[in-house]
This record gives sequence, C-alpha cells and structure tokens, in this order.
Amino acid sequence: MALSLEELKTGYYNMVLAREFERKCEALFQQGIIRGSLHMCIGQEATAAGTALALRDDDILITNYRGHGHALAKGISPRAAMAEMLGKVTGCCKGKGGSMHWTDLSKGIMPANAIVGAGLPTVVGCALAAKLDGNDNVAVTFFGDGATNQGVVHEAMNLAAMWQAPAIFICENNLYSEMTPISQTTNNKDLVERAAAYNIPAEIVDGNDIEAMHDAVCRAVTRGRQGKGPTFIEAKTYRTVGHMIGDSQIYRDKAEVEAWRAPERDPIMRLGAKLLGHGLTASQLTAIEQEVTRVIEDAVQFAKDSPYPALDEVYVDVFEHRIA
Amino acid sequence: MRELTYSQALREALYEEMARDANIILLGEDIGVYGGLFKVTDGLLAKYGPNRVLETPISESGFIGAAVGLAMCGKHPMAELMFMDFAWVAADQIFNQACKMRQMSGGQVSVPLVIRTQQGGGRGNAAQHSQSLEAHFAHIPGIKIALPSTPYDAKGLLKQAFRENDPVIVIEHKLLYNTKGNVPEQLAPIPFGVADVKRTGKDVTLISYSRTVLHALEAAETLAQAGIDVEVIDLRTIHPLDMDTIAKSVRKTTRVVIAHESHRNAGFGAELSARISETCFGWLDAPIERVGALDVPIAYSQPLEAHTLPSPDKIVQAVKRVKL
Ligand SMILES: Cc1ncc(C[n+]2csc(CCOP(=O)(O)OP(=O)(O)O)c2C)c(N)n1
Ligand SMILES: [Mg+2]
Repeated sequence: MALSLEELKTGYYNMVLAREFERKCEALFQQGIIRGSLHMCIGQEATAAGTALALRDDDILITNYRGHGHALAKGISPRAAMAEMLGKVTGCCKGKGGSMHWTDLSKGIMPANAIVGAGLPTVVGCALAAKLDGNDNVAVTFFGDGATNQGVVHEAMNLAAMWQAPAIFICENNLYSEMTPISQTTNNKDLVERAAAYNIPAEIVDGNDIEAMHDAVCRAVTRGRQGKGPTFIEAKTYRTVGHMIGDSQIYRDKAEVEAWRAPERDPIMRLGAKLLGHGLTASQLTAIEQEVTRVIEDAVQFAKDSPYPALDEVYVDVFEHRIA
Repeated sequence: MRELTYSQALREALYEEMARDANIILLGEDIGVYGGLFKVTDGLLAKYGPNRVLETPISESGFIGAAVGLAMCGKHPMAELMFMDFAWVAADQIFNQACKMRQMSGGQVSVPLVIRTQQGGGRGNAAQHSQSLEAHFAHIPGIKIALPSTPYDAKGLLKQAFRENDPVIVIEHKLLYNTKGNVPEQLAPIPFGVADVKRTGKDVTLISYSRTVLHALEAAETLAQAGIDVEVIDLRTIHPLDMDTIAKSVRKTTRVVIAHESHRNAGFGAELSARISETCFGWLDAPIERVGALDVPIAYSQPLEAHTLPSPDKIVQAVKRVKL
C-alpha cells in the first residue's frame, strides 16, 4: 500500500522527532540530567516510522533498549517519555523504567527490553493471545543483528512458526552488535537465512527507506491479520552514532560512518528530498521541524517541572498490592 | 473424608480452575496426550482442547517467555517446568522478565503467570535433576513461592496461585506425588502467607516446608517418645512469609530448628534464622539450628545421596542439640 502525502509527512515528523528527541537526551545526559544508559537509534529512524504507519494502536509493540524511535512513532507521549528519561513520576513508567523500558499500554507498547533478544518469546506470547482471542491484532518486535545469535530468539521463532502466531520479527541489521562487526559474529550474510530455518516467510528490505519499510511491514501485517502466521523482516540499516553515549567508535572507519550520513543514505534526508519532489516546499518541511522542536522543548520543560516519585513508591508496582 | 494423592489433588485443582477461568492456558513439555511426566495434567487436553493445553517443544526460555506475553495480554498461563533444575535454562525469562515487568512499566502491566515445577532428591536422579532451588526465587522480588507438603495444601495452594495477579511458582516435590491425604470435595483456595502448624508442641519450634515437613513430623514423633514436645510449622509459602506464626511459636518454645532439603549454605533457613534473631532474640534460649542438604552436588549412589540429604534422624539430632 503506497503511503499518501499526509502519511509521508507523518513519517517525516516521527523520524525528525526521534532524532531530535535523542539529540536532546544526549545533551541532557552530558549535563548530568539524564543518567544510566542511552542507546540512540540515529540513522535508523525509518524502520520505526515505516512500521508504525502500518500498525494500529491495538497492535502490540515490544522493542528493545534502542527503541525510542519505535515507541515515539507508535504514539508514546513525548512529555511522558522525556519525563521518564529524567526519572520523574510523570514518566511513562513513573520514572521506574528509564530509557530502556518505555511502556504505554494505551498505544499497545509493552515494556521495552534491555536483555538482548529477550523480547522475542514474549512477543510470540502476545501474538498467540491475539490469535486465541480471535481478534486480528499483530505483535511486532524489533531486535538487532546481534540478537539473532541468542538462543531464545531461535526458540521464539520456532514457537511462532509452530503456533502460526501473528508475530512480526523486525531485525534491524545495523552491521554491529555493540562494538563488534557482524563479520565477526556470524557466517550468515543475510539474516533472513535464520528465518528460513523455521519456515517463516522473510524478506530483506532497505531499512533506510520509509516506503520500502512500510510496504514490507504491510505485507507482514496482512499475513498476520489473515491468520497466516509470523513474518521475519531484515531491515538493512546503520546507526550513525555510537552504540551508547561515550562510545569511542574505534572499531569502524570514519569514512564508513560518513557514507551512511550522506543525503542519499540518511533516512531523514532521503524522505525530505522525496517530499520536496512531491511538491512540498522547503518552508513546509521547516515547519514540521519547527513543530518537533516545539514539542521537545515542551516535553523537556514538562519533565523538568515534574517531581520525582515519592520514596515509598519503591514498594508500589512490585506486586499487585503494595508491599511494606 | 476423601483421600487423594498429591498428584490427583493438583490435577483436581487444575480441572476446577480451568473450568472457572477460561483464560487459564497450560504450556509445557509432554503435558498433553501423555499428561505430564508426573501425570498431573492427565486428561486436561481431552477436556479443554489444544487451545488451552499447549504441548511445547523443549524450549524452556521460549515457552516461559511466551507465557509472560500471554499473561501481559490478559491470559492466565501456567507453564510446567518439568524439573526445577531447568529453571536456570529459563532464568532470564523468569527473573529478568516475569518478575520485573510490572515494576519496570510503572504498574501498567501485570504478569499473572503460574509456574508449576517439582524439585528434590531421594530418587537417584543425580546432580542435575535433584536440586531444591527455592532460595534463589526467594531472593528475587516479584514472584510468590508456594511449596505444598500435603495433597490438601497442594490443591488449595495451586488454586490460590490462579487467584494471584502476579507471577507465582508452585514447587512440588517429586517424592510427594504418590503420597495420600485427606482432601475435601470442596476446598477453598489457601491464602498465601499463612503457615500451617502441623503439630503443636511446647519445647521446640521446628520450621519446615515441602517434603521435609514429613521428615519433621516423623522426627517429632520420635522425639515425643524421648519426652521432647516439638511444634512443627509448615510455612506453605516462603514468599509471602508468615512471620507472625513463627514468632508466636518461637516466643512460646524459645528454641528453633529449621529443616529444608535445599543446601544449608545460603539456604532459606539462613534468612529465617536471621529474621527470627531480629524479631525474637530476647526469647531465644539456644542458637538456632539449621538442617539442610550438605553443600555438595547431590550424588547418584544411594548411600551418598542419603548422606547428603536431610533425614528424620538428622532433624532429631538437631532438636536434641537445641534442647539438651
Ligand atoms: C543478554 C545480553 N547480553 C549482552 C548485553 C549487552 N548488550 C547490549 S546491546 C548489545 C548489542 C546488541 O547488538 P544488536 O542485537 O545488533 O542490536 P543493536 O544494539 O545494534 O541495535 C549488547 C551486547 C545485553 N544487554 N543483554
Ligand atoms: Mg546491531
């Protein structure tokens, strides 16, 4: 299904939002306002934006520690997300989850996972629940190339195939797991080969092309909604920043990074150029970017103005009923 | 009154709970046609069908993870872990996923998941199929732990497990399945956190759970002939823990022995001992004694295994040490 101009504009907004949100987080991290972990998805924003345009609010998303873009595109509130980054009670997890566990059930966003590969069996369970309930929801999960070397990923794919659960496995192959290039972690060049082992339909897609991404996910969603089981999508992409804040990136050439930052490869610039080609004016694009800036400034202000959780919140949410 | 075996009592609880709540789904290895290695799920596939009794591949992380997803999506899954020793294989999904989801999401998701498993030695199953691992579970916040010692408790505690809106592990003992006991036709769920005084006495408090309760009762019988009046407390759940019943008894007897089948070193008895010291120090007339498995892997050879595990006689000796 081709994206309308409006949808493309939404996609552009979501991609710029993801990037600027993370740039802001990076700055706040350097000021000591955000602490702990910060894994940015800069350079990979099209996977999130393209996928979200193929999903409904009641479709489930389980992403990972590099999932800010996915959750923002699926509709998490930037205010609640930023407040979470600052550990505030108004955060999307009341400040208890932080960067790596954003959740918003109203948007189908289950807790993001910080254990590499661990979200896969869970998403299969969510997909199976939809199937057993007889609704046509799908359950989508994002994970990296490195995650495909985790045993549980394979258990999960096999279970999804056996149960014909409407799970959509989106592997963001950004060529590195942390600081290690893919050539040193697997003999497979294309990770769709992993899905073939479980008889799961799979396709490779240019993860930096929002439209290609959207098309592929639409096909997977259609299969899922029609009861035709899981799909595996390998999105070829690249993070143009370090694995985490403070990563020296000594493991790769600057030229390689620069090549992926070039206008013809960077997903945001690619879509920007396409939108101009569709007749949008430069000032219309700027207006979208300015709106993003406004939303982020508002979110930061909201987060800063919000209180920390009361200390006895530690006893809440461990079990259904508070302890102690 | 009606007599049932421990496994019949468990099966009856499953029949009743599955009839009460259509969201209950069972997952596990060989639990369908075969009825489970210990026959606890016998007949449930025929009665409730393949959408509620899911035969899984040997993928403990995979199907426990899927159960977490099912639980987050409104189901009440029960995953049968064939041997407690396999908990290590699924450790991430249990400890990092099931136990953490509610808290990480700031209370947005619940994981009403029941894990049923069996543990313990005495059957010559050697080091990888004989361990008692409840202390590891007790160390991790976010999961409740039941260890029934009788058919009555097995049924009542398993029924309660399905009334909880949080992860629960029901730990059975492989040598209890064929033991018999009274189980009324109508049995209400047994609330968690309520210990059962299985024998009243005034001289020594003997605290135990699971199969070791049977040893404790046998020891108490022997000691009665020697003029020592032992009170046997069956904790039934170690999380939540019924400190009130313990403290009441300790303040009466002033002497304590703790007996369990898990290793003595950092076993749950160590925690109990510490808590009793904190709450009842002034009442104690002797150091607290702990009986547990020797701190070595459990050997196959019968004499070695028997030497390693606790026995009624070892409990008798410990009681005599605190009640000279
Ligand atoms: C089980 C586990 N092992 C190791 C880590 C540390 N770690 C975090 S991200 C990461 C790399 C994952 O690479 P990949 O799956 O390619 O995802 P990417 O970060 O590139 O998106 C590692 C090793 C972890 N969080 N969990
Ligand atoms: Mg990677």
